[in-house]
Amino acid sequence: MSKGEFYDTGWRPNDDVHRDEDGRPHDHPGVQEDAVLGVRASRALAMHELLVEKGVINDGEVDEAISRWSERVPSNGATLVAKAWSDPEFRTRLLEHPKETVVESGFVPEHNADIIVLENTSQVQHMVVCTLCSCYPTALLGPPPDWYKSFSYRSRAVTEPRKVMSEFGLELEHDVEVRVVDSNSELRFLVIPRRPEGTEGWSEAQLATLVTRDSMIGVAAPLTPGRV
Amino acid sequence: MPAVHDRGGLPTDEPIDRQEHEWADWERQTQSLRTVLDQRGIMNVDELRRGIESIDPAEYESSTYFERWSASIETILVEKGVLSRAEIDERAQALRDRWGYPG
Repeated sequence: MSKGEFYDTGWRPNDDVHRDEDGRPHDHPGVQEDAVLGVRASRALAMHELLVEKGVINDGEVDEAISRWSERVPSNGATLVAKAWSDPEFRTRLLEHPKETVVESGFVPEHNADIIVLENTSQVQHMVVCTLCSCYPTALLGPPPDWYKSFSYRSRAVTEPRKVMSEFGLELEHDVEVRVVDSNSELRFLVIPRRPEGTEGWSEAQLATLVTRDSMIGVAAPLTPGRV
Repeated sequence: MPAVHDRGGLPTDEPIDRQEHEWADWERQTQSLRTVLDQRGIMNVDELRRGIESIDPAEYESSTYFERWSASIETILVEKGVLSRAEIDERAQALRDRWGYPG
């Protein structure tokens, strides 16, 4: 079994999908002719079915939770960064009272975790990692990318952050201090990257188009006006 | 020697793979099942972490991210008596019989 190669299994506990002669659902996206089920996937699906059958959770409840992930996207964080770039009062409030400001802006932090907002400047570059697992401000950036959860990033972000940044295309000046911050389940970080030059007079909406996910993790610079 | 999940600063030359894998449905389901169990007060994020961090080191190293999550959810649900190992075994086997096995 190769890792990560699983297929949709029609795991919905109620048999509400059309099935072909072999009992396989055929109207569900992702189903493949030769679909097979790995050990861990089968146990995951088994747990879900059993939990619904026992009434521990409701049918459809997990689907609803899955659909709510579509609201957690990097443009949420980009909106906050663009506003902080444009509005000095908002910037101060976001830095000094980050969680309240995030909530006021309409975003719900995961498991009520605290959040710290860090600003990159010409002197200091912040870069975020979760060395123990994958803690991340999902309300503002969506689910963490695979590389953020990888063993290599979790390890190397600590020992060679400049090299990592350079692999992401960011060559820092030697006199810029690098601060690597380690997230945990109770505390998440959002980085305000440096505002690109040549954006004077830009609207918040225009600025937000420059703010990439990776720049808010602190591993990369935002886009520049010529590269949107 | 740090625990297996404590990766910060572990020596490695492994490049950072920036390719995003395509999520399988069971991975999305696992991620959101955890959320639902949390909302219902059955399992919180600290229990998820404890379950992940107690995975056998060799298994931790060879598992994918959501395989570790799912293994932890199973550990906690069995520990709390919400589900039994035997019924998960039985149902998982039935699903695999229906769907076939990875070659």
